[in-house]
Formats: sequence, C-alpha cells, structure tokens
Amino acid sequence: MMLALEIGWGTTLAIKTLVVLTIIPLGALILGYTFLLKMMSHMQSRLGPMDPGGFHGWFQLVGDGLKFLQKEDIMPAQADRKVFAMAPAVVVLSTFLIFAVIPMGPDLVVENLDVGIFYALAVSSLSVVGVLMAGWSSANKFALLSALRSAAQLIAYELPLLLATVGVIIQAGTLNLQEIVLAQQNGAIFGWSGIGDPFILTQFVGFTLFLVAAQAELSQTPFDMPVAESELVSGYMVEYTGFRFLFFFIGEFGTAFAFAAIAATLFLGGWSIPGVTGDMANILGPFVLFAKLMAVAFLMFWVRFTYPRLREDQLQSLAWKVLIPIGLINILITGILKVAI
Amino acid sequence: MAKPKIPGLLVGLGITFKTMLKPAVTVQYPHEKEIPAPRARGVIALKEENCTVCMLCARQCPDWCIYIEGHKEKRPPRREGGRERSVSVLDRFDIDYSLCMYCGICVEVCPFDALFWSPEYEYSENRIGELLHDKQKLGEWMATVPPREPLEIGAEPGKAAKK
Amino acid sequence: MSTTGTPAAGSTSPDFTIDPGSMRHLAQAQVNVELDTGDMILNLGPQHPATHGTLRLVVRLDGERVISADPIIGYMHRGYEKITEFRTYPQVTTLINRIDWLSSFANEVPFVSAAEKLMDIEAPPRAQYIRTILTELSRIATFLLFLGEMGLQVGALTPAFYGFRDREHILNLIESATGGRFHPNFNRIGGLKDDLPWGWLAEARSAMQVVFDACDTFENLVLGNEIFAARCKGIGIIPAKLGVAYGVSGSNLRASGVDWDLRRDGDPYLVYPELDFKVWTHPDGDSFSRYFVRLQETRESARMVLQCLDAIPAGPVMTKVPLIIKVPAGEVWVENENPLGQMGYYVVSKGGTGPFRVKIRSASFSNISILPWLLQGVYVPDVVTILAGLYFILGDIDR
Repeated sequence: MMLALEIGWGTTLAIKTLVVLTIIPLGALILGYTFLLKMMSHMQSRLGPMDPGGFHGWFQLVGDGLKFLQKEDIMPAQADRKVFAMAPAVVVLSTFLIFAVIPMGPDLVVENLDVGIFYALAVSSLSVVGVLMAGWSSANKFALLSALRSAAQLIAYELPLLLATVGVIIQAGTLNLQEIVLAQQNGAIFGWSGIGDPFILTQFVGFTLFLVAAQAELSQTPFDMPVAESELVSGYMVEYTGFRFLFFFIGEFGTAFAFAAIAATLFLGGWSIPGVTGDMANILGPFVLFAKLMAVAFLMFWVRFTYPRLREDQLQSLAWKVLIPIGLINILITGILKVAI
Repeated sequence: MAKPKIPGLLVGLGITFKTMLKPAVTVQYPHEKEIPAPRARGVIALKEENCTVCMLCARQCPDWCIYIEGHKEKRPPRREGGRERSVSVLDRFDIDYSLCMYCGICVEVCPFDALFWSPEYEYSENRIGELLHDKQKLGEWMATVPPREPLEIGAEPGKAAKK
Repeated sequence: MSTTGTPAAGSTSPDFTIDPGSMRHLAQAQVNVELDTGDMILNLGPQHPATHGTLRLVVRLDGERVISADPIIGYMHRGYEKITEFRTYPQVTTLINRIDWLSSFANEVPFVSAAEKLMDIEAPPRAQYIRTILTELSRIATFLLFLGEMGLQVGALTPAFYGFRDREHILNLIESATGGRFHPNFNRIGGLKDDLPWGWLAEARSAMQVVFDACDTFENLVLGNEIFAARCKGIGIIPAKLGVAYGVSGSNLRASGVDWDLRRDGDPYLVYPELDFKVWTHPDGDSFSRYFVRLQETRESARMVLQCLDAIPAGPVMTKVPLIIKVPAGEVWVENENPLGQMGYYVVSKGGTGPFRVKIRSASFSNISILPWLLQGVYVPDVVTILAGLYFILGDIDR
C-alpha cells in the first residue's frame, strides 16, 4: 500500500497497463512453449523444436511471432473488411480485460473489483463476439460454420462455468477475488488451519466442472469443434494470416493462461502460501500463483492432447443434461452445508 | 480394455503421461543420423571400368532416366601378332535422380556388375537440374557401396547376396 | 464377389434408402418448413485434411446436416492400366507398387502371381513364405497408420504419432529385406529378388512384440475412450447386403458382419491355407466396428507372421526363368485380400514381353462408391468419421 501512495495515479495506471500488456503475450508464450511445444511433443514420444535459441528450442515461438509480423496481410476479396480487421482485436481485448482483476499478491492487483469473478466471466465471453465477427466476415463457409458452432458452444458452456463458481462464492461469501483468496488463506479444515482451506477440497465437484467448462470456453479438445482442423480446417482462423493470426494465437493461449489463473485463484488459494504474509507475500505471490496456474494448465492441456473431439450436439446434451444439473446440485449441497455448519 | 473398471478416459490420460516420461524416439537429424539398412536403395553407383556400354540398363529403365553415350575404340592386341581389339568407351553416363523411381531394375539387369546400390541418401540439391549425376559423380558413390552382406539361415547355400 | 456366402442384393431395395437418422428428420419436418433456409454447398477437398489426398466431396448442407454428398474422383489419375500396356513385366511390377502406396508389397503379389499362372511356374516354398510375411507386414504397416489416423480424424492428435512411431519398426524391416521402405519392388516372376539378410527373422520376431504392444496402446487410448465411442458408434452403418451390392470388401465388409476373407475363402494363394488364423467380424457395421475389426486384424497378422517365421523352410527363392521374360498368350484373373480389401488383376497376354491389357480392381474405388448413400443425413463431423473409418488411399481410387 505504501508503494501505491507514493506515486501518482497516472503513473500507477501506466504501470498497471504495462503489466497487463506484458503478462498476456508472456503468458501465452510460456504456455505455448511449455505445453504446446514441449509437453505435447513428449506425450507423443517426440522432442519438439530443439534448435532455435540453443536450449530446447525456447526461441521457437518468439521466432514464429517475428515471422508472423513479416507476413503479408491477406484479406479475402469478399470479406467484410472492417469487421474482418477488428475481429482479432476483439478476441485479444477480452483476454486483456480478464487480467485486470486477478490478484497476484495482497496488494498486487490491477483493479480490486468487488464483483471481480462476475466481471472476469462476463468479459471472457466477449471473445466469442470476436470469433463470430471473424467467422462471418471471412466470407468462407468453413469459417461461418465454425463461428456458429462457437456461439452455440458459448451459450451451452457459460452456464456450467458460472454454476461451478457459485459454490466457491457461497463458501467465501464474496464475489471479490482478493477476498476469495483471503478466505482460503484464513480458512481451516475441521479446525486445522495449517494450509488454510483451498476450496478444491470442499468444492472438488465445482473444480472439475470449472475445468470441463473452461475447456469448452477455450475451445480445446475434446470441445474444439470451432477449430476442428480435421473437418473445418481450423475454422474461423482459416482466412487469417500474419499478425492477425498472431492475435488469435495470443488470444487462445492468453485466455488459457487467464482461465488457469482464475481456477488457481478460486480453487487452489491463488497467491497465498501457508505461513507467508505481508510484504513477503507480495514478492512471492506472483510466483506462487504462477506455479499453481501451471499445475491447472497442465491438467487442461493434458486432456487436450489425449482426447478425441466430441460432436456439437453431443456437447450440447452433455452441457444441458449432465453438467448443469450437477452444478445445481453442487450449489444446493454447498448452500445447505453453509447454513447448517 | 484390459481393466474394464477404470474408465477409458482415465486410461488414456495414463498412456499419454507414461509416454511423456519415456525418452522420445526422435532422431535429431542433422546432429545424429540413422544408419540405413545395407540394402537400402539410396543412390546408384557406377563402376566405370566394368561398363561395356551395352545399354541394357537404359533400355530397361521404366522411366528412361539413364542417358548413355559411347564410342568404339581400337586397342592394341593382347598377344603379339593378334588382331586389334575393338573396345566400347563410355562418354556419358547420366542418371537423372529427379526422374528415377529407385526400382533397381538397372542394377539388376547389368550383366557386367557395373552398377551398385549405395544406402547413401544425402544428395538433395537446391536446383532440380543438379540432380542429374554424371559418370564422375556416380563413380564417387562407389566408395559408399557396402560389402555384400550374409544371408539369413536357410538361404540357398553357396549363393552370396546379390548386389 | 462371387465367393461370398451372403447372397448379393441385385439392386438397391427400398428398405435401404431410409436410414434411422432421416426418421428424426421427418419428425422435425414441421419446424424445418417454417425455418427453411437455402442449402449450402460445401466443397470438401480436393485439398482437405479429411480426404487423405485429393478426393473431392461436394456436400449439400442444411445447417450441419448433410443432404447429399457427391464424391468426385480422378484428381490423381495416373493411368496405370494404360501405362502397363507399354511396359515389360518387371517394369510393371515397379509401377503397380504405387497404386496403394501404403501397402505396396501387397499390390505386387497378385500381379506377379497372375504372370506366374500364365507362365505355369510357381515360386519356391521359401519365396512363398517370405512373400506371405512381407504381405502381412505391409498389412500391419497400413493398419497401424489407420489406427492412429482414425484418432486424428476424430480430433485426438496423439494416436497418430503413436501410429507413425510403431509403423517405423515395420518399415525398417521391409527396408532391410527389400531395400525400399515404401516401394519394395521385391517380387520377381518366379520368386523373389533376393533372400533375407542375416538376422532378419530374429528382428521380425521382436518387431511383432512391438506390434502387439501398439495394439494394446490403441485399444486403451482410442478404442476404449468413451468420447471415441460416442463419435463412432452408430455412425456410417453399412448393412451387410448393401455393402456386398456396392462391392465393399475387406475389413469394411467384415465389420458389417460378412464373414468373407479371400485369404481363407478365395483361391488358395501364398501359404495362407497352412496358417491358422481367425477372420474377425463385427455385427454392427459402423465406424467403431471398422476400427475394432482392423485392430484385431493387426494382431492376427502379427500372429500369422510369427507362424511363418517358425515354419519358413530352407531353399532357393527363385525358380529358373529366362532372362527376357515372355509370358505366353492367355487371360487370367487373380484376386488377393489386400489391406484395403479385394484387389485383383485381370491380365491379358498376347505372348509379348509386356501385358496386352491389364484391368486393375482396386479395393478403395469400390469401397468409397457407397459414400453418397452413406453420407445422407449425417452431420459434418460424421462425414470425417466415416471417411476415416472407410480408410481409402487416393492412389487406390484413382489409379
């Protein structure tokens, strides 16, 4: 708090913007490199890129990014030019906005909103607008099909995602992400407060639901029907080249990074680590959050690289017939226990 | 499904996780190389002194990618007072590897053991025209031709492996 | 198709034209009239990842549902039947390698045995055994790729890499015996080009263990996966009678419950009569059963290879044939069970060094002829599942 008081609000805003602007591409790079390039390769019994940058090909994605910047920006002749150009920006924007509310330490949060989780989920669904715009304006039938699938998927999956978080909100008694973390840090398991009370223990059903729904939200396998490279040849991105494609790529992995961060905050205790408080927590916080986030992301990508893809109608029936009822029952039980205990 | 109790979704996750812990099978090509089998049909080598310009290979080639030119020369007789010998001399022996199908018919039909298979495979070029190997380049491949390998148990005795 | 036990349906009878999926469609007719939008025509291919090459499907869509689909072929026509008329027999052998490039050795065998039949010679027993081993190896190689690629087509990336990884062992075997990984050109009229290299039999034996392990992996990773089952069960059902009527053959037909395998039921060829193997069938006829049948056939092939490795006799691999092969005049039809199905050559010889006319019956061409019927009323993702499940090679369709 001391730090924030000494510098003016303009500087603070600039620092905050800079932090968010660097975190997203950096997060996308880290996730892309660790999971897409390295973990997936090793799961498929290969090595992935090894040469760029010397050590295990760490430079590969940076190089890819530089390459995308040099590429020609192609726009289909029939495309709706303005919408086509705006779509990737909308997708990336939604990713940037999520990060505004994720706490990385007791004082390290860009904007400590009282309706934090509500805001994060609302903003995250903005990206589908971008996807719809991209699919429609590309003047491509594959892109159109993909955009429609994406919209249908969002409607089916926003609800389980929300219901999964409601359990946590009931237990913590707040929508503020910072306070949710504090509730976990100061909680106790049957009177033992050694590690606090990470909500994954009490809300395991909610955690599973959240991961499944997030998987659909991010359109990752087994719910990657909008991208579906074996049928729709990567769907709404099919006409994009160069830096516009790069935006989609950053959006994809940045959002995965953001959702992993939200899951880590909601269910794994966020930046908190047992026995560390005060300024130390401000320093260690980001690293702790990062470690927890990577664990969640590992789960999400592990599933992504193992499973086949469902069909759109199967996804709808899974969402409406299985996940939403489970989510409701979870809320019911949580509510009863909250009142009873 | 060996264990019907575990759902297939979890078994699948187990398989990918186990594979991740095992070393990868990738061979990092420019740094380390696989050794192809001695029989592998990589490139055709020419032993020029055995060639009699009989044109059998050029005629048998299914896509006619061998170009041969030669002329006759008179050589002094072997024995004193004998007749002058007439010898065919190879002027040009080109194989166009951009056309070659690597079927090996030319090597097989050669009656004088002038053509051999070598498992060497690193001769890609930036320009397609450079894939036309002339007789000098084909002759250089002779150094990479492996010795004849022994045959499996039960093979016809007394017959060594063909080239 | 005359040897099959099931009577062939002469024409498409009415009960085949209605599929269970379209019944649901009828129930929604009321809604569809009000919300009627124009059909969308989608071009899948000629360059599309689901078509394994250059098959083009013109699909008429209502939303995501396929109303009709027309396969358009010929983008890869290389004119093999014509080109054989201007080549000698040894040259033809190397050309027909390229018809079904994934199992080239199996392509050579029927053609060479057709020529041998016309010349009235027979390859020595050791050559027959080696031919059987290599044919089964190429079957394993083809199916391993299928087992992985089917996973890829329904969205799982990983199995494809396992398929390629494990197929490598088989390709190495084929390479060390024949010299070519994909195009062996190892068969000669009257036998084989060469005997096996030293240590090959032991290597093959250990490679078969890899195949068994790979089959277990695929069974657990793909076949046992609930999502895979949800995607494939009940998708693309080929009724047995209709399959026979369309000329579908091989594993696709066996997955429809027709117990017909040329290795057992056809003219005896190679050493198959001496081998003990099971012909796998599945009653369902959908994409899932095609995967199941191919998986089991991979194991069965590995068992057959092991049997051959045990029983291989000593002796020559080549009979006496003249240096310039001239095949006596005559006509002969030879059909074999190839990895993709029934493959046959009708060879007409007028006594020259090359065939006068060759008619090639390739399995994939007949297998995909059922596509327009099969794709009616399915969803777009199911199109991909069905294409992957039928497993065709473009070279085998277009020739």
